Amino acid sequence: MKIEMELNGRPVAHEIAPGGNLLSVLREIGQFSVKLGCETGDCGSCTVLLDGEPVNSCVVAAARAHGHQITTLEGLLGDPLMKELQHEMVVKGAVQCGYCSPGMLISLYAHFKASGDLSEHALREALTGNLCRCTGYVKQLEAAQTVADNRQNESGGAS
Amino acid sequence: MSDRKTRSAVGHNVDKVDAFKLARGEAVYTDDFTRTGMLTAKVLRSPHAHARIVKVDVSAAMALEGVIDVIWHTDVKAIAHTRAGQSYPEPSPYDTVIMPHKARFIGDRVAVVAAETTAIAERALKLIEVEYEVLPEICDMDEALTRTDVLVHEEADPLGIGGGGKSNMAAHIDKQIGDVDAALKTCDLVVERVYHLPRVQASHIEPHISIAWVDEDKRLIVRTSTQVPFHLRRILARILEMTESQIRVIKPRVGGGFGDKQELVVEDLVSVLALRTGRPVRLEFTREEEFIAARYRHPQRITMTTGVMKDGTMVANRMHVMADTGAYGSHALTVQGNTGQKVMPMYPAPNIHFLVDCVYTNNPISGAFRGYGAPQGCFALECHMDEVAAELGMDRLELRLKNHIKLGDTDPLSAKLGEGKEGLERVIRSTGLDEAIVKGCEAIGWGQEKKPSAPHLKRGVGMALAMQGSGIAGVDWGAATVKLNDDGSVNLAVGATDIGQGSDTVLAQFCAEELGIPTEKVLVLSSDTDLTPFDVGAYASSTTYVSGGAVVKAAVKVREQLAEVLGSHWECDPGDIVFADSKSTGPDGQTMTMAEVALFALYEAKIQPMATASHMSNESPPPFAAQFADVEVDPETGQVQVLKFVSAVDCGTVVHPRMAEGQIEGAVAQGLGYALFEEVLLDRSGKVLNPNFLDYKIASALDVPPLVTILVETDEPSGPHGAKAAGEVPSDGPAPAIVNAICDAVGVRNYRIPATPERVWRGIKEESPE
Ligand code: FES
Ligand code: FES
Repeated sequence: MKIEMELNGRPVAHEIAPGGNLLSVLREIGQFSVKLGCETGDCGSCTVLLDGEPVNSCVVAAARAHGHQITTLEGLLGDPLMKELQHEMVVKGAVQCGYCSPGMLISLYAHFKASGDLSEHALREALTGNLCRCTGYVKQLEAAQTVADNRQNESGGAS
Repeated sequence: MSDRKTRSAVGHNVDKVDAFKLARGEAVYTDDFTRTGMLTAKVLRSPHAHARIVKVDVSAAMALEGVIDVIWHTDVKAIAHTRAGQSYPEPSPYDTVIMPHKARFIGDRVAVVAAETTAIAERALKLIEVEYEVLPEICDMDEALTRTDVLVHEEADPLGIGGGGKSNMAAHIDKQIGDVDAALKTCDLVVERVYHLPRVQASHIEPHISIAWVDEDKRLIVRTSTQVPFHLRRILARILEMTESQIRVIKPRVGGGFGDKQELVVEDLVSVLALRTGRPVRLEFTREEEFIAARYRHPQRITMTTGVMKDGTMVANRMHVMADTGAYGSHALTVQGNTGQKVMPMYPAPNIHFLVDCVYTNNPISGAFRGYGAPQGCFALECHMDEVAAELGMDRLELRLKNHIKLGDTDPLSAKLGEGKEGLERVIRSTGLDEAIVKGCEAIGWGQEKKPSAPHLKRGVGMALAMQGSGIAGVDWGAATVKLNDDGSVNLAVGATDIGQGSDTVLAQFCAEELGIPTEKVLVLSSDTDLTPFDVGAYASSTTYVSGGAVVKAAVKVREQLAEVLGSHWECDPGDIVFADSKSTGPDGQTMTMAEVALFALYEAKIQPMATASHMSNESPPPFAAQFADVEVDPETGQVQVLKFVSAVDCGTVVHPRMAEGQIEGAVAQGLGYALFEEVLLDRSGKVLNPNFLDYKIASALDVPPLVTILVETDEPSGPHGAKAAGEVPSDGPAPAIVNAICDAVGVRNYRIPATPERVWRGIKEESPE
């Protein structure tokens, strides 16, 4: 069967195998930031945005993407918020093996876009679906906190 | 003493050399790559814990459209080997063949399919018919030790390490210094306790994955997520009856390894299938397979018997380790050897006895996992120190301070016990342990009264000390090549294997430091057996210390070549030329930028400034850690909350502070799971009951408490720029520190981890039945 979706702002049509998941389809079409860690919806390495909401693409049927907007990290490389997140993650030392990083970036991005809650606990919650075995999440939280602080300062200055 | 101010690269938080591309999600891992006509391989695994594979009928599977090949044991020559990726000759029993004629655990290889797609391969697995002769299984380690009527391995181990053919012993160690039995009789107090360690899984987020193909020169190319590319090439050559020259192993970025990728887990299968089919073949483990067919930290039962005098002087110490290696003996001898060798020297009593019985069972396979035996030993010893202190009526910190190893002391076990053979003597030439204890105590508030956050809760603190090594003395070695380019940048080619721990960056920093250039001018290429020099790989905490030594030597050689060229150009003594700030300066103020020097060397002097150097160390200086937990326990539910965890770590000169902290934080997160919630559960026949991240929980962002990480710098005389290792030592202390804190809070000890709420609750109930 054929699905049509909007991938990173562009229409994409792709032939899918019945029962296949979105993760495999995205990788097939070169979205290598979308990583396979478990394929059971437990690790978050395959996180993408479906109509702006973060989802684990391994537990989303590929067919479900038909007619929807999908955003991967590749589609956000020029986005200022994403660039800021990436920069802080690198500078703070949050990227070790990096396998979890794209998923985490997407989760944090979605959190910052959607929520005004920039407390430490809220940031931890935003990351809780993304398992990382290399770090203790300390550096990721530091990075997220810095981005949160920057935003608070900005909005503080504006008001 | 290390001095960050006078160093331009070492000691600074430079950008991790690969971090930006990883944060952009670039296609850099093994699987982010495809080749035309690539097949997918899937493994048919045994449903029986112990069964002879009599016959495999592959005809129906082969008849399925899209199935290209199916192999089982009649198709592959049986050459005994070990899958442990260790230096040759490996100190692990040769008890493994590519396709076994007998399944030894639920999950052992029975047949392997290569098909056009994953879906077809999976369908084909269901069409394979297998005739098994089911054998009695043996899944309990005590039973395995005593019974000889059921043998997991019926063939003798050609190396004589394992007891195959005669018993289920996979590795046995019995080393004694002094006379423990006699000494115990003279002690004021003897304390004996038994500690139980669970089976846990490394759980790197990138699964095992390999892709193999035969190239246009008929060479076998293996692109794989490994910690040991060079060992892998050697083992593959042997078991495939090829030469090393016919094989190239490429290690791209690796999504974590933690020891689990110090093992040949999938590479042999993709190689066999690629050679047979002439097509590229890919095999990736599912998460379930990671839990069934990758490797575990060895489950152990440790009996500690310790004799002390009234003043706390430790006179005799015995550690008896009973361990389950599962169906195969990868790392059986050396992991268990480490359990004592890396741990007991912390308290160098005059009488030490270290005993190991590591048995084969029909359980899934144990192997290397960060800490390599030391987390088990450290748990037993550090819990035991609290027990001894309690029985003595002595302060537990004081007991440790009285007995711990000091500067200038000789580690009593190192000479007796090396990597599967006699070792080398180890004298402590740098230690920040006392400083780590002081700073750690301060950070946790040791000795201060701590109130629980609610009246029904109990609060306690605990500590643990740990030491490890920096590489395997006299065994581990690595090489590096440095080559200067026209623009003053250099290529650094190393066999050392970056698996996410950041070794490429640390090695680039060493290189930059010696040449006086910024780290970003160093282009690192790591681990491609065709393009980089040899290295044993990423294990035993060896990379910074051992491979770093090679990089320093190679960079110094290049610097000397440049000094020669400039010395004759400037007519000065090459020794008077200084390389710093991306330029070279002569004694009379002559100066050239590094790019000018490079152009001059390449186009005037017409030489390629380039050098390769090798480095090995006969020492393995221990990094030290003092770790502290502050916990709150709910006695009604057994729920434990770690409020704060402090690690004070001496890893010599800190090459990259943030990355060192990152290593420690990650180790603590893993240790937290070991202490409180991680355990692979097996049923009676060794079937894994929780092979997924839902039922086998690893720490998430919400589980990790506030972590305080203190780097205590020392200057290790034998290390590159004074550096020692950092990666493993902080994974040893979290479990005992947390369990000691629980005991401090509720007065009941968990001799078995993980200290799940149920276990903590039961312990409290048994102690004070209402
Ligand atoms: S791969 Fe999708 S959640 Fe793990
Ligand atoms: S950095 Fe390796 S899994 Fe997160």
